[in-house]
Amino acid sequence: MSTTTTPAEQGGAHATAAHTMPEVVFELDGAQVVARPGETLWEVARRVGTTIPHLCHRPQPGYRPDGNCRACMVEIAGERVLAPSCKRPPTVGMKVRTQSERAVKARAMVMELLVADQPARATSHDPTSAFWGWAEAVGVTESRFPSAQRWTHDPSHPAMRVNLDACIQCNLCVRACREVQVNDVIGMAYRNADAKIVFDFDDPMGESTCVACGECVQACPTGALMPAAYLDAGETRVVWPDRKVDSLCPYCGVGCQVTYEVKDEKVVYATGRNGPANHNRLCVKGRFGFDYIHHPHRLTRPLVRLPNTPKHAEDQVDPANPWTHFREASWDEALDLAGAGLARIRAAHGPKALAGFGSAKGSNEEAYMFQKLVRTGFGSNNVDHCTRLCHASSVAALMEGLNSGAVTAPFAAALDAEVIIVIGANPAVNHPVAASFFKNAVKERGAKLIVIDPRRQELSRHALYDLAFKPGSDVALLNALLHTIIEEGLTDEQYIAGYTDGYEALRERIKEFPPEEMEAVCGIPAQTLREVARLYARSRASIIFWGMGISQHVHGTDNARCLIALALITGQVGRPGTGLHPLRGQNNVQGASDAGLIPMVYPDYQSVKTPEIRQKFESFWNTALDPVTGLTVVEIMNAVHAGQIKGMYIEGENPAMSDPDLSHAREALASLEHLVVQDLFLTETAFHADVVLPASAFAEKSGTFTNTDRRVQLARPVIKPPGDARQDWWIIQQIAQRLGLGWNYSGPSDVFAEMAQVMPSLANITWERLEREGAVTYPVDAPDKPGNEIIFYSGFPTESGRAKIVPAKVLPPDEVPDDDYPMVLSTGRVLEHWHTGAMTRRAGVLDAIEPEAVAFMSPRDLWRAKLNPGDTIRIETRRGAVETKVRSDRDVPQGMVFMPFCYAEAAANLLTNPALDPYGMIPEFKFCAARIAPVMASVETAAK
Amino acid sequence: MVETHAGKVIRFEHPGAHRQHAKSTPKGRSVSIQAKEEIAALLGDRPRQRDYLIEYLHLIQDTYHQISAAHLAALADEMRLAFAEVYETATFYAHFDVVKENEPRLAPLVIRVCDSVTCAMFGAESLLQQLKALPAAQGLGAIARVVRAPCVGLCDQAPVVEVGHHFIHHADRDAVADAVARDDSHAHIPAGTVDYDTYVAAGGYRLLAKVRSGEISADTVLSTLDDGDLRGLGGAGFPTGRKWRSVLGEPGPRLMAVNGDEGEPGTFKDRHYLNTDPHRILEGMLIGAHIVEAPEIYIYIRDEYPAARTILARELAKLPSGGPIVHLRRGAGAYICGEESSMLESIEGKRGLPRHRPPLPFQIGLFGRPTLINNVETLYWVRDLLEKGVAWWKGFGRNGRTGLRSFSVSGRVKQPGVKLAPAGITLRELVDEYCGGMAEGHTLAAYLPGGASGGILPASMADIPLDFGTLEKYGCFIGSAAIVVFSDHDDIKGVALNLMRFFEDESCGQCTPCRSGTQKARMLMEQGNWDTGLLDELSQVMRDASICGLGQAASNPLTCIIRYFPEALAPKEAAE
Repeated sequence: MSTTTTPAEQGGAHATAAHTMPEVVFELDGAQVVARPGETLWEVARRVGTTIPHLCHRPQPGYRPDGNCRACMVEIAGERVLAPSCKRPPTVGMKVRTQSERAVKARAMVMELLVADQPARATSHDPTSAFWGWAEAVGVTESRFPSAQRWTHDPSHPAMRVNLDACIQCNLCVRACREVQVNDVIGMAYRNADAKIVFDFDDPMGESTCVACGECVQACPTGALMPAAYLDAGETRVVWPDRKVDSLCPYCGVGCQVTYEVKDEKVVYATGRNGPANHNRLCVKGRFGFDYIHHPHRLTRPLVRLPNTPKHAEDQVDPANPWTHFREASWDEALDLAGAGLARIRAAHGPKALAGFGSAKGSNEEAYMFQKLVRTGFGSNNVDHCTRLCHASSVAALMEGLNSGAVTAPFAAALDAEVIIVIGANPAVNHPVAASFFKNAVKERGAKLIVIDPRRQELSRHALYDLAFKPGSDVALLNALLHTIIEEGLTDEQYIAGYTDGYEALRERIKEFPPEEMEAVCGIPAQTLREVARLYARSRASIIFWGMGISQHVHGTDNARCLIALALITGQVGRPGTGLHPLRGQNNVQGASDAGLIPMVYPDYQSVKTPEIRQKFESFWNTALDPVTGLTVVEIMNAVHAGQIKGMYIEGENPAMSDPDLSHAREALASLEHLVVQDLFLTETAFHADVVLPASAFAEKSGTFTNTDRRVQLARPVIKPPGDARQDWWIIQQIAQRLGLGWNYSGPSDVFAEMAQVMPSLANITWERLEREGAVTYPVDAPDKPGNEIIFYSGFPTESGRAKIVPAKVLPPDEVPDDDYPMVLSTGRVLEHWHTGAMTRRAGVLDAIEPEAVAFMSPRDLWRAKLNPGDTIRIETRRGAVETKVRSDRDVPQGMVFMPFCYAEAAANLLTNPALDPYGMIPEFKFCAARIAPVMASVETAAK
Repeated sequence: MVETHAGKVIRFEHPGAHRQHAKSTPKGRSVSIQAKEEIAALLGDRPRQRDYLIEYLHLIQDTYHQISAAHLAALADEMRLAFAEVYETATFYAHFDVVKENEPRLAPLVIRVCDSVTCAMFGAESLLQQLKALPAAQGLGAIARVVRAPCVGLCDQAPVVEVGHHFIHHADRDAVADAVARDDSHAHIPAGTVDYDTYVAAGGYRLLAKVRSGEISADTVLSTLDDGDLRGLGGAGFPTGRKWRSVLGEPGPRLMAVNGDEGEPGTFKDRHYLNTDPHRILEGMLIGAHIVEAPEIYIYIRDEYPAARTILARELAKLPSGGPIVHLRRGAGAYICGEESSMLESIEGKRGLPRHRPPLPFQIGLFGRPTLINNVETLYWVRDLLEKGVAWWKGFGRNGRTGLRSFSVSGRVKQPGVKLAPAGITLRELVDEYCGGMAEGHTLAAYLPGGASGGILPASMADIPLDFGTLEKYGCFIGSAAIVVFSDHDDIKGVALNLMRFFEDESCGQCTPCRSGTQKARMLMEQGNWDTGLLDELSQVMRDASICGLGQAASNPLTCIIRYFPEALAPKEAAE
């Protein structure tokens, strides 16, 4: 067969890119209507109130109409055949009839054909699916056609069920997986009526490369793909939510907006909402990782340590049975004990004997209150949080260069970029929804992606250049890029002259780093380095994203300085598609930092050392403040060892898992005279507590959270805290009162109002506005104007208005491999687990997918060590040893062991090096010397 | 030295449920090092571009006689494609045999038995059953396997069996067994092809030179095509001159694609011209590319024509350099890829799903570029029309129509084959004057005027002129001019069912009316008594609402039976 439809048959419709089309006047069901640019017939019809059925069309961001189900056919005068309204743009004078006999009949017949192969509605997987809704609307819920043999169900995945007997081959899940989230797992294989939704090679979903983002489940109109939580053993839906609450995701810095579905006061499911950051998308953690809040380990009553229960660094307590070390107490008793202990130390040893760790997982209001408590109640600046462990060096470099620690553009700016650099980051694992936009940029818009990381990753496949350089040689590599740009005259001289200082020094310094010499240092051919440098410098718009691979080094600040210099000397900042974006790891690490949970600065990065600023806050808070910078996370642990700090208040942080050199950190925690821990669970840190205060989970609280894009978003309480667990803001206030502070905040909105008075970043953002708009990006110029997504289009918030270029010198990692410890240990995360695992390991689906500790090594290293994938190995460094299963992973370079730090049973941070970056005071989590050895198979694995 | 903790393992309990164990490899299947090395070696320095995917699948299939999951995974990895992307392409095409880890290896030699309409008429079904018993009977199970195949374009030699790439004409059990025994499984290249030197010696490529030099202007070329009313002979009959102009009107760079995916059951004329006089096609093609200023041309030849592909590859290599880059691409067993937009998808290395219109390929075609697509035979006539002139071409014709048509005639006639006859000739004239009349003992009962999709007409309607536009009012069309002649010995309902099964198999599966419609129609047609009311309703919706010509035309034979052969539907005849 070979056919060609003539243009005349198509009414001469000429294809032009939809967005360039002007408004079009045409006739819809006899009435003149005006189509807006880019609108399809279906969209115009919907806008004017004409309902046209749709199954394969999902009118949501990211989904292109595909026109395959033919449920939306309409008749166009002069055309031989009917047209799919979802896909067809109108043309001037076109006469469209949605209710013609042919069109109505075709739509009904399409439904009848599909109904023929569906399970009967009453026993179908989801009798309330969109499909059955439309079948009812069209009036066809039964079929005269014989039904065909269909597929059996696939229960292999812990989170989702595949029941392809309900599949209508509409392709929405394929688009969800391939075009929206670009995880590229689902395909439509085979052909004709056998055309089948497949995972990889028609593998069971649970054995496929599926990353369980659940986008397909959210898109499926029939119930062929559903969350397992909805279904009974017979694969029939039995769960419908009692109510739905709009809130946010508690995990990473992307800031996805979520709708939580609640049944019997439990969250049963989460769906993506059309938030500005996520456009309905979620990842496995956001969609399936919510049930930790219902875990039996949740703390529901305050606990106090049993008398005569000594503390020891290696102590552990069973969270299911804490009565070996603790007893229950009333709130009054627990708060009194907690507050009195802190007050006693303050009185006996002075303000500097206390320290507090706030949380990047709490709200802005909680962070503000916590730092205010430490500064005004403890009396020092000894307050820090996990930003110290993630982006402190990035912020140090950004503050130094731009006098602003935040991103210059949102991650979605990648969609406007020609060149995207992702360096020292693995966003497909750590910021999956942000990564989906990067992949969109490559796949749909032809952006050129450059991935620079010693470990290969999911994004590598999409990259034009994938530079798997030698671990720790970041500065050499980046200086080679800078060298090329300067040497080859690819700089933006006007930009440099107008907006920067320090270029001359850089130009001099950089002479020492020609790519041809750096090649040996970083392992990337000089030619490649030059090509990448040219690509970045010459492109219309280049943007840089980075993560912990940049920051968690002793030269982390230098790494970030290089990135800043790259952007500044090429003018790749301040315009659409350009910028510098450190990808923030926790949902509110941006907000917690903004709120002043940092020892050097008050809210909005106002230095504690500047007398005028201090005086301003002294009068605002009506108390004297410590003019000396406080200690950082690792310094605090050292100060505990040194006997200087004797009491701590730790809210929602778990340094007993997240600090480097855990033995040292745990010894510090165990040696504290008084430790108050406020958390959801009896964490490894809480093992050493004197008082444990049961707090509220994300889904139980109200507050504002600031995502990696500077987007302030409102979270709403979904359910009540369990038992007698209390709101964090309330607990902090109770402690404050017991330290003599007369606080009387009525709630988060009250706190927010106070913050706005001292935080210029919050100008024009009010609680009411957030309630109305859900999200506002700062800085905002006026109450009725949207926030500025891209900043620094004309200069920087420095005194001179210019950014400062700071050259970086090449420093080796603190501890390099040698004969005794020949390998490099690098740490990070896995997709399913977040931070120290306190939440995610208690989430059923996440635990099922990644249930136990695992380290990653290259297949060749395993082979050389005579190890099989899945064997147990011992990883040892100068600081400790762990035993863990090993996973064979081609993404890991030879000579490296990669270990996520979320596993209590094999805590990677027992191994890591606490050496600090001198500016950011961030430890070198990404590099230390290690050795591995096989371990005799345990009884358990041998039995398998 | 401070106290060291090295060596001591501190094992905490973890808060997980302790129900599962961690996987020892990342999610999904792993790429085996051996398979990866084999694929890398097989591909050599060929480009790792996505559009070569089908070519590389062929390479694996040809080398290993199947595509193992391990090789497929390695290919995906080598080409930086997702597993799903390679799997869905590999499983769409009939000529790729993907074998999963837990499935047995396949016998290397494939014996394809054509079961399309003409071969079925000549006993394909019983031959198939005999051959299926053959490998086992002769202990050949390990080396050969027998499968059904749709039309292979040798309807004048029916029944046809393909052993490897060797086509056995008028096949029977013994001939096939003999070929298997002798391992005669390679394509037989026909003799008598007009090769480059012969073609040039006879004046070939002078026209191209004149067009390229400007001696003959583009306007002259285009107006000659217009005046001669050369039509797209792949089946749609779109005026060729208009199409070339349309492409030229689009912004460059433009591309050209040649549709050699002749798959309409009953059609074999393109194969004839490709095998006998390829340079005439190539000259037409190069003129077309010159006119629309296309720097690259993709020739897509169906996998069932290995001889034509071999000849083309050989002859293309002889063309002097300096012309456009010509890519020769190989189909993989999918009728739908004859639909021009499916062909573009296939050339891009994807499943052959027809694209929606608008936009049309002349606007957004191959790789998103404006693309000129011509059928093989259309290009074949370009030289003659330009050299011999409009008057020569228009001198042919009958019953008020003009020009020549290459009819592929098969079925119950004395002399089947490609018949170059005047446009507008009737079936009766064609059979009597060009085919030596009906076969001995057969009386004309019905005929297909345009292959499987062109409808079925009864003997009483054998005097209709056969041309573009003359058959539409009867619910039929001439299409690729594939004429299949049935006699009083043939079961016309069976013919319609055969055709519907063909469409069901070959439906790409994209849109509901075609994917499900062909299946439901076939199921209803398998019932003794046809529910003609429901079948009529279904036919109308398939025609109105399918995306492409396959679904729109698939019901033509069915509606023709209901309309023209009421006696065949009488209940008494239904009992078989």
